[in-house]
Amino acid sequence: MTGILSLTTFAPILGVAAILILRLFGQADDPKTVTAAKWIAFFTTLATLALSVLLVVQYDGANPGFQFVEDANWFAGIHYRMGVDGISILFVLLTAFLMPFCIAASWKSIETRVLEYMIAFLVLETLVIGVFCALDLVLFYAFFEFGLVPMFLIIGIWGGKRRVYAAFKFFLYTLLGSVLMLAAILAMIGISHTSSIPELMHYKFAPWIQTWLWLAFFASFAVKMPMWPVHTWLPDAHVEAPTAGSVILAGILLKMGGYGFLRFSLPMFPQASEMFTPLVFSLSVIAIVYTSLVAFRQTDIKKLIAYSSVAHMGFVTMGIFSGNAVGVQGAIFQMLSHGVISGALFLCVGVVYDRMHTREIAFYGGLVNRMPWYAAVFMLFTMGNVGLPGTSGFVGEILTMTGAYQASTWTALVAASGVIFSAVYALSLYRRVVFGEMTNPALAAITDLDWREVAIFTPLILSTLYLGVHPGAIFDLTQASVDSLVATYRAAIGA
Amino acid sequence: MNAQSLVPVIVFGPLVGATLAGLFGRRLGDTISQAITTGLLMLSCVLSWVVFSQWAWGGLEPFTLTLAPFIHVGDFISNWSIRLDALSAVMLIVVTTVSALVHLYSWGYMAEDPSKPRFFAYLSLFTFAMLALVTAADFMQLFFGWEGVGLASYLLIGFWFHKPSANAASIKAFVVNRVGDFGFALGIMTVFWQFHTIQFAPLFPQIAGMAGKGWLFAGHVWPAVDLACVLLFIGAMGKSAQFFLHTWLPDAMEGPTPVSALIHAATMVTAGVYMVCLLSPMFEYAPVAKQVVTLIGAVTALFAATVGLAQNDIKRVIAYSTCSQLGYMFFAAGVGAYQAAMFHLFTHAFFKALLFLGAGSVIHGMHHEQDMRKMGGLWKYLPVTYAVMTIGTLAITGFGIPGVELGFAGFYSKDTIIEAAYAAGHEHGGVAYFAFIVGLLAAGLTAFYSWRLAFMTFHGHAKWGHDEAHDAHGAHADAHAHDDHAHADHGHDDHAHGHKPHESPLVMLVPLIVLAIGAVFAGFVFVEKFVGDERAEFWKAAIFNAPANHVLERAHHSPEWLMWAPLVVSMAGLAGAFYVYIVKEGMGARIAANKGILWTFFYNKWFFDELYEATIVRLTKFLGDVFWKVGDQKIIDGLGPDGVAAVSSAVGKQAGKLQTGFLYHYAFVMLLGVAGLLTFALVAWQA
Repeated sequence: MTGILSLTTFAPILGVAAILILRLFGQADDPKTVTAAKWIAFFTTLATLALSVLLVVQYDGANPGFQFVEDANWFAGIHYRMGVDGISILFVLLTAFLMPFCIAASWKSIETRVLEYMIAFLVLETLVIGVFCALDLVLFYAFFEFGLVPMFLIIGIWGGKRRVYAAFKFFLYTLLGSVLMLAAILAMIGISHTSSIPELMHYKFAPWIQTWLWLAFFASFAVKMPMWPVHTWLPDAHVEAPTAGSVILAGILLKMGGYGFLRFSLPMFPQASEMFTPLVFSLSVIAIVYTSLVAFRQTDIKKLIAYSSVAHMGFVTMGIFSGNAVGVQGAIFQMLSHGVISGALFLCVGVVYDRMHTREIAFYGGLVNRMPWYAAVFMLFTMGNVGLPGTSGFVGEILTMTGAYQASTWTALVAASGVIFSAVYALSLYRRVVFGEMTNPALAAITDLDWREVAIFTPLILSTLYLGVHPGAIFDLTQASVDSLVATYRAAIGA
Repeated sequence: MNAQSLVPVIVFGPLVGATLAGLFGRRLGDTISQAITTGLLMLSCVLSWVVFSQWAWGGLEPFTLTLAPFIHVGDFISNWSIRLDALSAVMLIVVTTVSALVHLYSWGYMAEDPSKPRFFAYLSLFTFAMLALVTAADFMQLFFGWEGVGLASYLLIGFWFHKPSANAASIKAFVVNRVGDFGFALGIMTVFWQFHTIQFAPLFPQIAGMAGKGWLFAGHVWPAVDLACVLLFIGAMGKSAQFFLHTWLPDAMEGPTPVSALIHAATMVTAGVYMVCLLSPMFEYAPVAKQVVTLIGAVTALFAATVGLAQNDIKRVIAYSTCSQLGYMFFAAGVGAYQAAMFHLFTHAFFKALLFLGAGSVIHGMHHEQDMRKMGGLWKYLPVTYAVMTIGTLAITGFGIPGVELGFAGFYSKDTIIEAAYAAGHEHGGVAYFAFIVGLLAAGLTAFYSWRLAFMTFHGHAKWGHDEAHDAHGAHADAHAHDDHAHADHGHDDHAHGHKPHESPLVMLVPLIVLAIGAVFAGFVFVEKFVGDERAEFWKAAIFNAPANHVLERAHHSPEWLMWAPLVVSMAGLAGAFYVYIVKEGMGARIAANKGILWTFFYNKWFFDELYEATIVRLTKFLGDVFWKVGDQKIIDGLGPDGVAAVSSAVGKQAGKLQTGFLYHYAFVMLLGVAGLLTFALVAWQA
């Protein structure tokens, strides 16, 4: 099955080509062309999803190494290397899974430059999947960095009122991180004379070099996660991004940071990772407590959920650097689960935003009276967000905390308080938006979910619950690779 | 019938009912939704009794059914399973019996409510979560059930989502329980890293060998078992509304009364007691944790009883009474008499559910009035309710005759607890003695407030029927003495007065009568099995007593005076209530109007809500604002992007005003930058 990985990665580009051809033959603002472009984008993402499902089905969970490997000499000694292991394959699936929802969620809410919008999303899909499949440093960097561009455009063109500010902030932070990462990548190639990720995973850098490389990568990944204190771009980006942009941002782009820690920091710089673990733990628990409290005080629905994302990512970094299988498995699970739940929460916001065009919490209230199904769906994802057992949100939280407990009991102790705070902000948000009397006359005519929205939410609900009661569906795929990663890491640091 | 095939039906029946009524309730209609949920609960109840009788009289052996894997990560292994032993068998009948009766009762009580399918779905969902909790074979499923009942409780407290007070109460319940769960989760982690398992079966045998081992934390080596047990007990404190974490329970009375009876009296709030008893193999090797449990239990028993003396809302009195009785259960477990704790849990479920549903019948009959000061003389109008409430009051005050060992349900269980505390105090002194004294004192207070409730409600002069003139003397400050059914569509004040009170329909009375039978006989029938000579045979391995723990044995050989002491103090309580509320009727109101220091202190619940509001709540909001407005906006953004933005926006203005063009500039510059860096690096490193 060689080639399937590239096919999955670049399938969305075929959709781009189709839309461009369509553009050649029709007017960009012709409703027929626009509708056709939407359907092309939708079916392209569905086809990509089908390919990635095929990928997962064929994946051998017992084999910890890279599979579906492709290797071709590219230029200047740089190789086109692709492959997935248990750590990356599910992120490919997550990306492909969320994309059709993004297209569907934009069906009515995007009215300008629809063709370009669809193209931006399809290009973004290719680049993001590429990030998770690339096995060559330069290739990885290319995907990682160029992924910024479509996201930047999505916020900057189709965003809200302060979109330029938000896009600029997003760009500034991420570029800052990636410049340092680029320097580190080039240094690594210079020292080891290879850009192959699998080879670098076994290359032993001298500890002092590791320290600098680790810090450079950390700058980039910490911004992406985002970790405190480089998190402030995220609330603004979310607030200004269109709904689908937020879904991708929270659902997938943030996970690139966590993925980076697992792919680079732990295996390639184990000594440095161990050395900086206290730093990561501190920043993680600060993120959990600090941003949870900030979330509690927000007046904008999207901002609140954005801050809650930062808190949830705190659990991820904490789990990764716990350096044991429980923590790392928990972190991967938490990323996947958060991808689904936060994506769904942003879609929930999108539902009312599409109807009322405001995200002010105070504008709403009493929605349950007119939108009982919406209330039920929103409740379910709120509970997922607070990590109620039975939803996927629980599994990641408890495992990352358990993992951290071994490494640092203090960290687990402080992180566990996040469980309380998440209930505070999530339930008070829900109460203010959904419960109570409907006092705002503007809401009187608001309508419940339509069939398109029900169709969007149903798979998300099912996956949240299914992963909540049967997390083994994930662990079966990740276990071998994580065990091998953790074993190598622990051996390297002599634990 | 084979118990192994019955228990899955018992557990999953309510889930099926909840799903059907929840998802298709509006299509199925009210009656069918109610019939499905109630029918499945009745089935669960009957089957539970079948299983229980097989356990108690049929020689059934304990077993665990493993249904499916839950979390399997290394040693962190949890399965969806059903564990049947004496503890879960007892809990099965308690939960399903009360739940089935509450379902039935709700047909009458909720008859006017527009969202009946949702209500019944929540009730059944609660029951499923509770059954998952009591049949768990490892900590993860226990936690699943634990938070699942919390969710159901949250949904049901806030069932009338129009009421701001109900919404606030539901969030408070969830958050305070989360504080407990914070401890619970850390306890589970401690257990895991100490024993490398979270499953009960492989865990318990390891404890004895690890009793001395420590866990290094914060520069101190903590006895690991003690640490785990204290942390887990914090979870129990939240769920069972013990001192410090009790504040949510009285507010939870915002929920419909059947909910209060099922969740906030008979079942969910006893989950903490159940957990401590289930973990007796751990607590027996955790002397410090046992002392903590005893102390918290005793303080709660006393605290809640004192607050109960001064409340006017009929449901709040019973809520504090629940809190206090849970305190009894905890200090029983704390002194090592887990069997007595479970026995009191069992008898309490009957009489407390009875009292709550009786109160619901009163509220229903009084057209949604909950303030006892506006009741009185109701015995004539609600004769059946009056009779069963009297039985419930006799049961909770532990009425019985020590010499011949004959009494109501509470007599057997409460006296055993007091005797056990005495025995433990006699042996070890310290907190057990304190618990004994408190237990005796609180028994007197229990009698006082329970009879006060009965007298104010059913006896004396009728204080309903005339206008609200008597609201004048400051009583209106009592903001919570409000009706249960405050609906937008049927406001209360217009029909809270003027109508005559009426007896409830049969569908509400039948559950009351069944529970009354339980309140009379539950103690007498089961005393031998739970705490008497047959206890070893009954509990088998489900409850563990360390070899040195003979507390129940000693309790059975208490001195003569001790056997009479509870009766004497509760008679004193009865006499006091009789004097204040019958003989000198009106004296209670005068005491309240005087606003003495002690009365004010009790009436305001020892000022806990005010204290928490002034400290924790305000601090949380303050920190949130500071972190947001100073930390994020001033410091981080001010030093970082906004500073740069200020410079570049000046540049941007000159470059052009077209915003999209502006954006493309950025994109272009970025690409150039990337390409430039790449080139530079390629040259520099000659890669």
